[in-house]
Amino acid sequence: MGSITLSKVSKVFGAHAVIPSIDLDINNGEFVVFVGPSGCGKSTLLRLIAGLEDVSDGDIVIDGKNATELPPAQRGLSMVFQSYALYPHMSVRSNIAFPLKMAGEDKAVIDKKVSDAARVLNLTDYLDRKPRQLSGGQRQRVAIGRAIVRQPKAFLFDEPLSNLDAALRVNMRLEISQLHQDLKTTMIYVTHDQVEAMTMADKIVVLNRGRIEQVGSPLDLYHKPDNLFVAGFIGSPRMNIVTGPAASAYQAHTMGIRPEHLALSKDSGSWQGTVGVAEHLGSDTFLHVNVDDGIGTVTARVSGDFAVTHGDRVFLTPDPQRVHRFDDKGLAVR
Amino acid sequence: MARNVSTQRKIVVTVVAWTIGILIFFPILWTFLTSFKTEAEAIASPPSLFFFDWTTENYHEVQSRSNYFLHFMNSVVVSFGSTLIGLIIAIPSAWAMAFSPTKRTKDVLMWMLSTKMMPSVGVLVPMYLMFRNTGLLDTRTGLVIVLTLINLPIIIWMLYTYFKEIPGEILEAARMDGASLSKEIIYVLTPMAIPGIASTLLLNIILAWNEAFWTLNLSAAKAAPLTAFIASYSSPEGLFYAKLSAASTMAIAPILILGWFSQKQLVRGLTFGAVK
Repeated sequence: MGSITLSKVSKVFGAHAVIPSIDLDINNGEFVVFVGPSGCGKSTLLRLIAGLEDVSDGDIVIDGKNATELPPAQRGLSMVFQSYALYPHMSVRSNIAFPLKMAGEDKAVIDKKVSDAARVLNLTDYLDRKPRQLSGGQRQRVAIGRAIVRQPKAFLFDEPLSNLDAALRVNMRLEISQLHQDLKTTMIYVTHDQVEAMTMADKIVVLNRGRIEQVGSPLDLYHKPDNLFVAGFIGSPRMNIVTGPAASAYQAHTMGIRPEHLALSKDSGSWQGTVGVAEHLGSDTFLHVNVDDGIGTVTARVSGDFAVTHGDRVFLTPDPQRVHRFDDKGLAVR
Repeated sequence: MARNVSTQRKIVVTVVAWTIGILIFFPILWTFLTSFKTEAEAIASPPSLFFFDWTTENYHEVQSRSNYFLHFMNSVVVSFGSTLIGLIIAIPSAWAMAFSPTKRTKDVLMWMLSTKMMPSVGVLVPMYLMFRNTGLLDTRTGLVIVLTLINLPIIIWMLYTYFKEIPGEILEAARMDGASLSKEIIYVLTPMAIPGIASTLLLNIILAWNEAFWTLNLSAAKAAPLTAFIASYSSPEGLFYAKLSAASTMAIAPILILGWFSQKQLVRGLTFGAVK
């Protein structure tokens, strides 16, 4: 079991409310990602759930039991830190065994659980090494091993991949997703990278300035963003946001259109402009087009086969079915 | 790229460094040499540096006149005891100040340091009276207590700077892993701070070993450490340089040897925090 409910949780540092008031339900077995720009309070929220910070107000309920006042160890949660936070003076074996040792488990039980975890995480050959003798990816796996041996109610990940290089990050992303499918334990994952959020989450919580902007599945957020913030944050490259007469044409104060929902033509279309930069990725090409009539720079995602270079005159046409409309407060009009 | 240092410059720097080194070491060397002279040679003018009749008579004399071993044991008990008790008190306090600071932490640290700025003689009379009234005069316990208190600010300050360098996330990880406060300190913090604790330990043993003001004033015969043993040779009967030197050499030899073998740790302790 691992359901977590936050009701009216707030956190105030001095006079500054980092988290004004948050309500959130996390169901058992869910993979929930907290995503948002730096300083949005996502890590603070995770630390409140972990018990590493005290809440200023509100309740945290874990598995139906009020855990607001419980110390971290008694909440039954495991955490993987951004810096891995391995114990540098202990071997990999002792690192993974540490939570079991603290729980007063039998030596035989500890040995078995440690070797099981090491096998799952491909760490068997490294058990006697010290953390400094491991690569970044291996260290991260030790941190995950230390988290899984306790069989916690939920795992908390605080930007665990941000210290790894790009290739390793993709690998570890898959490994963590695989782990979630195998263990079926609740996971809460904090990241500022919306690609990680989209690829891993069952449910994404978009945070901005300590408030929840929207909660939903990755595709919900992609297709139906509630407001301009979510629209701009989810999706890569970012959604194009256009105001003025071009938006009024769609009966909106502001309109949004994703780069992949613009049709490109050399002959005709709604908007005309000049190609500024063309980024060729092979499969796709991202075009940054300076559109006339005061619309500004618009990004379009087109097939990699489309022959186009800097300085070409092109036409772009938004797919009317895929246009997002927002009112003057930035909220979605549906 | 390493800086290009000319040979000439190297020679100059080497000569200057050796000169300063010898100047600093000279009194110790002089004491050592004098301890092997006769009393007449010790005060001879001009003095002879190496060419005299070497004799170990002073050492025999010192041995027969006073109980070196008793003073040595007193020094060991007082310096090691005060340092160990100091560490036991200082580790939790430095932990609290490094990882759970409040608005007043900086003030508390400064206040502790300020006690070191006070001239000791200013509180000698009240201290002496308290020691007399509590029966602590001339006891090892009394000296351990006073040296613990005197060196505690330095121990706490040194440990505090070491603990500050330990990332807080590791301690949070221990908390998540179910470690209680005491287990967190025993299993995680202390092992990580071992180099820091070791150099604090060594430095404080040396400070306590050499402490002369309180040990001389609060002890007489039973608990007197080696500082009092040396002092007893500058006696009313007149100065006996050779015997005084022999006593000094015997008193500083143990700590000099300890310092020699632990110089790496000591230098690390003294320069800690200067470079990362």
